[in-house]
Amino acid sequence: MDERAKMSARRVQVYYGTNHALKNVDVDILDKTVTAFIGPSGCGKSTFLRCLNRMNDTVASARVEGLIEMDGRNIYDSRVDPVQLRAKVGMVFQKPNPFPKSIYDNVAYGPKIHGLTRNKAELDEVVESSLRKAALWNEVKDRLAAPGTGLSGGQQQRLCIARAVATSPEVLLMDEPCSALDPIATAQVEELIDELRSQFSVVIVTHSMQQAARVSQRTAFFHLGSLVEYGETGTIFTAPNDPRTESYITGRIG
Amino acid sequence: MTKATFRSRKASLLVPDARTKARNASERWFRLTGIAAVSVGILALVFLLGSVLDNGLSAFRQTHIEMAIPLDETKLDVSGKRDPALMAKVTTVGYGKLIQASFQKMLEDRGVDTEKIKPNKLMGLLSKKAAADLRDMVLANPDLIGTTLTFNAMTNGRVDGYFKGRVTLESAERDSNISPEQLRLAQRMADAGVIRTKFNWAFLTNPDASELRPESAGLGVAILGSAYMMMIVLVLSLPIGVAASIYLEEMAPKNIWTDFIEINIANLAAVPSIVFGILALALFVNFLGLPQSAPILGGLVLTLMTLPTIIIATRASLKAVPPSIRDAALGVGASKMQAIFHHVLPLAMPGILTGTILGLARALGESAPLLLIGMVAFVKDYPSSPPNGFFDPASALPVQVYNWTQRSDPAFAERASGAIIVLLLFLLTMNSVAIILRRRFERHW
Repeated sequence: MDERAKMSARRVQVYYGTNHALKNVDVDILDKTVTAFIGPSGCGKSTFLRCLNRMNDTVASARVEGLIEMDGRNIYDSRVDPVQLRAKVGMVFQKPNPFPKSIYDNVAYGPKIHGLTRNKAELDEVVESSLRKAALWNEVKDRLAAPGTGLSGGQQQRLCIARAVATSPEVLLMDEPCSALDPIATAQVEELIDELRSQFSVVIVTHSMQQAARVSQRTAFFHLGSLVEYGETGTIFTAPNDPRTESYITGRIG
Repeated sequence: MTKATFRSRKASLLVPDARTKARNASERWFRLTGIAAVSVGILALVFLLGSVLDNGLSAFRQTHIEMAIPLDETKLDVSGKRDPALMAKVTTVGYGKLIQASFQKMLEDRGVDTEKIKPNKLMGLLSKKAAADLRDMVLANPDLIGTTLTFNAMTNGRVDGYFKGRVTLESAERDSNISPEQLRLAQRMADAGVIRTKFNWAFLTNPDASELRPESAGLGVAILGSAYMMMIVLVLSLPIGVAASIYLEEMAPKNIWTDFIEINIANLAAVPSIVFGILALALFVNFLGLPQSAPILGGLVLTLMTLPTIIIATRASLKAVPPSIRDAALGVGASKMQAIFHHVLPLAMPGILTGTILGLARALGESAPLLLIGMVAFVKDYPSSPPNGFFDPASALPVQVYNWTQRSDPAFAERASGAIIVLLLFLLTMNSVAIILRRRFERHW
C-alpha cells in the first residue's frame, strides 16, 4: 500500500443482482491528488466511484465485496455510518442538481445538518468561503437568496461543488462533472479542480481523455468491469503498459 | 437477389395525395368526435346545474310575517320569579295563543280583510314551529318578559310554496293542509306588505324538522356533522397516509410482501364505499362499541375510504421527485429521513395536498357508508363543540339530501336541491383551495 494513500481499495467486487459489474479492483487514492477514472461507457468506473462513499447502498440490488479503507479504516465496517462517511467523502454528480432552494441554503445545508457551525455568523462565513473556493462568490454574492436552480448550468455545477466543499470533505468524488457543461464552464470547473487539490483528494470520472490528461496526476483505466491499468497520468497517456489502454487512448476501442 | 422496387411518388407538394387525404380525414374525425364528446359533457353539466339551481335556489328564500308580541307576565310567568322551571310549565299552546292574539290584532291594524276566517285556519298560515321558537326565545332570555317583542314568524310551508309558485289555488283545493281561502288571505297580506320574503338563514342553521314543517327544516346539524367528519378525516388520513406512503415508497424493501400491499391499496381505492360501511359496523360499532350516528364513527369510516386515495396520490408525487435531489441530499451526508423530509417531501407537497383535498371532497360527498352506520337518523339537537361533539349524534350533508328526497312534501324537494347547492359550494371551495395550494407550493427544478 502506498504511504500517501488516503483511500485504498483491494479486490473490490460489485454485483448488481447476478451481474458482476466490477471485478477485482485495487486502487490507491492519494492524498491531495487528482485521480481520474477513464474508460468506455459501462466499464464500471462510476460504480467504483459510488463505492467510495457507499452511495451504492441506496441501490437495493447492489452488493459490494472486498476491502475499501479510508485512513486505514474499513468503510464497509458494520460500525461505520454511511451518513458520516458521506460528510467526509463529498460527491458532485453528472447533472447539476442544486436543491430547489436559495443559493445560500444550498451551501448551508451540509454544515447545518452536521452541526458544523455554532451561529449564523459562522454559517455565513462557511457559505462565503465555500462559494469562494468554488469560484462562484463574485457572481452570486448579491443574490444569495435567489433560487439555486435559476443559475446557468456551469454556475449550478459550481454551486454543487460549493455545497460539497462546505462540509469540509477529505475526498471529493466527481462523476462526470462537466458532461452537461459547455467548454467555457468546463474550463472553469477544471481550473477549480486544480485549486481544490491543495486541500483534499479529488476523484473524477470522465469520458474526456483530454480532461483526464489536463486535470489529473493519476489515472485509472477501466474496461469491462476490470481495472486495466493505474498509474501516473503522464505514463498512462504516453507509455501505457497494456495494449487495451493504448487502444482506448488512441481511439481504437471505446 | 431481386432488387426492391418502390412506387415513385412524384405528386406535387401543393396537391395532397390519397394517403395524405386519408390521414388528414381520420385526424379530422378524431377531432370532431372529441369536440362532440366535450359538448355533450358540457350540455349535461349545464342541464344538471340548471335544474339544481332552478329547484334549489328558492330554498334560500323564506316568507316571514313580522308582528309585535307583548310578552305578558301574567301569562308567561305567573309567579313573577323568572324561575326557569316554573316558566317551562307554559307550553307552546300558551305561546300559540299569544301569537294568535298578536297576529289578529296586527292584521286588523294593517286593514287586511280576514273574511271572518276561523282562528285555527289563520294560525295555519304560520309555521307550526313559530310557537316553539317564541317559547325558546323567552326561556333563553327571561328578561324579555314584560317587553313587546318584534317577532318574525315563518309562514307555513304551503304558504311559502304559494309565493314560490310550488302551490297554486288549484292544488290547494285538493290539499287538506291548506285551503284556497287561506292562500287568498296570504295574497292580500303580501299585498299589504305583511308577508315579506327574506334570505333564509334558518336553512343553513336550523336542524332538520319533521314532515309537517318543511319550512323550518335546515342544514345546521348536517353541516356541523360534515364539518366534524372532515376534521377527523383530515387529522387522521393525512399524517397516516403520508407516513405510510413514505415508508412504502422510500424505506420498505421491495419484495413480494410490499408488492402484495401495493396491489391491495390500489384495490381498496376501488372498493365500493358501502363495503366500508359494513366494515365499520362490524369493527367500530359491534366490536369497539363506538356510538352510532356520531361524527367520530363517520369520520373513521371516511378515513378508511380516503386513505388509499391519499396513499396513491402521495406515492405518485414522491415518485415524481427527481432522484437527483435524493442523491444530492445523500451526497452531502444527509440521512435518509433528512433527505426525505427536507427535500423530497416539500417537492411532493403540491401533489400530496391535491390528492388529500380530492380525497376529502370525495369523503364529503359520500353517503352510502354513512347510511349503514346510522347517520341517516333524524337528529334534532346540535352536536356540542369538539371534541365531545364528535361523539354526539349528527347528520351529514349528502345523507340529508337523501333523507329529504324520501319525503312526500314537495317543499322537501326544494330543500334537497338547496342542500345539493350547499354541498356543491363546499366541494367547489375545497377544489379551489387545492388549486391555490398547488400553485403556492409548486416549485420548479
